[in-house]
Amino acid sequence: MTPRRLGRSGYLVGAICLAICAVMLAPLAMSVFASIKPTAEAAATPPTYVPHGISVDSYERLWSYQEGLPVYLWNSLATALLTIAFTLLLTVPAAYSLARFPVPGKEVIFVVLLLALIVPYQAMLTPMFLMFADIGLTNSLFGLAILHTAIQLPFSLYILRNSFGAVPRELEEAAIVDGASSWQALMRVFVPSSVPAIVTVALFAFIMSWNEFLGALVMMSKGSKFTLPLILAASRTETSLGGTDWGMLQAGVTISVIPCVLVYLLLQRYYVSGLMSGATK
Amino acid sequence: MYRSTRGRLTGLAYLAPALAFVLLFTVYPLGRMAWMSLHNWSLLTPPVFVGLDNYERVFGDRQFWVSFLFTLKYTALITPVLIVGGYLLALLTAHNSPLRKVTRTVVFIPVVIGLGVSSLLWYWLFSADFGLVDRALMDLGLVDEPVLWLGVDADLSNLAISASVVWKVIGFGMILFVGAIQAVPTEVNEASMVDGAGYGQRVTRVILPLTLRTVLLVTLISVIGSLLAFDQFYIMTAGQPQNETATSVFYVYLNSFPYLRLGYGAALSMVLALTILAFTVVQLLLTRRSEV
Repeated sequence: MTPRRLGRSGYLVGAICLAICAVMLAPLAMSVFASIKPTAEAAATPPTYVPHGISVDSYERLWSYQEGLPVYLWNSLATALLTIAFTLLLTVPAAYSLARFPVPGKEVIFVVLLLALIVPYQAMLTPMFLMFADIGLTNSLFGLAILHTAIQLPFSLYILRNSFGAVPRELEEAAIVDGASSWQALMRVFVPSSVPAIVTVALFAFIMSWNEFLGALVMMSKGSKFTLPLILAASRTETSLGGTDWGMLQAGVTISVIPCVLVYLLLQRYYVSGLMSGATK
Repeated sequence: MYRSTRGRLTGLAYLAPALAFVLLFTVYPLGRMAWMSLHNWSLLTPPVFVGLDNYERVFGDRQFWVSFLFTLKYTALITPVLIVGGYLLALLTAHNSPLRKVTRTVVFIPVVIGLGVSSLLWYWLFSADFGLVDRALMDLGLVDEPVLWLGVDADLSNLAISASVVWKVIGFGMILFVGAIQAVPTEVNEASMVDGAGYGQRVTRVILPLTLRTVLLVTLISVIGSLLAFDQFYIMTAGQPQNETATSVFYVYLNSFPYLRLGYGAALSMVLALTILAFTVVQLLLTRRSEV
């Protein structure tokens, strides 16, 4: 690409890169620092940059806040896992069909399936809410996972269809000749050769569901069903300390951020490749 | 492979669950939204058909315009920063040296955390008495007393929230730009160097024109995202002062849920969906071209 530039400009680029990293990481570092300050220091004006003392007070308060942190963590995690499961159960067979079967009206069906790409879910929450209220899916992790699946379905279908479409015909034919049914061909040939695409789909579903805010805000009115972002947003105004409990809030931010960052760092290449093919192709 | 009738049926069977799901949870709500927008309805009373009255009301509704214009203002403020900033970051880090790869990874980290959660982080950083932004500005001697960033003045709120969202999403454009820049054929780059083009000339005459499609695409994705902004305003200003910072989606939310004006909320949703549709169609046309 660019020729290796040595000397002063090389150091300059290096310095700029380091400065950018520092700026990007600073807010996260400050949040972690705020979460480990002792109670009095976390509520001090003016605030300290670096904790003078270290304590887990904020985490203890968060642990027992309202219904207790485990409830909210479970709500978020269960919704995210259900979203992954629903998304894969629906889109793996559908993508297989779109990639390989002569279904009549396939093009039209594909467009219908991708409809949610064109209509923002933010605009559809009211009818969704009314429908969910009728069938008892509000205040339900199951219901929220359905909403998240509806949001995530087009992207997943698109990624999987492309991946299945790229599976060599010979592999599939060999399996069929060996007497495999179409379902066995899917499970033994297509799924194993599309592991990266499946990981990408699961990863995006997890991150979207774990982080999604507006849909959860609309669907969940009972505190015991709040996901992590919801209870944290609620806690910014109502805490036992009277004013905002800044230390506890940042403890919550830290805990919400950790799984996303870990998953991203571990599966970075899936994330980036998914982004590239989802957004630009 | 499965050219028989049986193949067709099998294919349909594989498609059926996803199709049923989308019909139930996307198409049906969409139809119901259109139906609702033609009715006057507040949960407590049965819906009454009012034709296009709700739509007429939308365009005469002062708060609709306040929300819409504020959303446009936010979009106009943040988009150039995201695109120009993202592109500069991509130029800086497109080369695959270890330090640049690390920089890319770090810049991208905020993209994977939630917008709601990052808004809670910045809600604290921008708070007047307890936040580090004002503390730092005062330590640097730039201001004498804490600036009330959030929820007091619409423009200040817009500025603070935009800064937080730039931090949160700038890596998104950067990653896509890096992909596009790396796809510029080496020969083209080398040819221009042989012709004696400097780095600046190569960027403006070779790299930028060859990555223009991605730039347009990321611009559209960013614009759509900004027009749909909600979390950051709900959390950081709650629409204050006096709903001046309530974005379009926020106003739909307010009407549909706290106010329970379901029909009117649906009409607002339809207007919003159509606005977004215009941008999405352009985006899809742009993406389609790349497949050919």
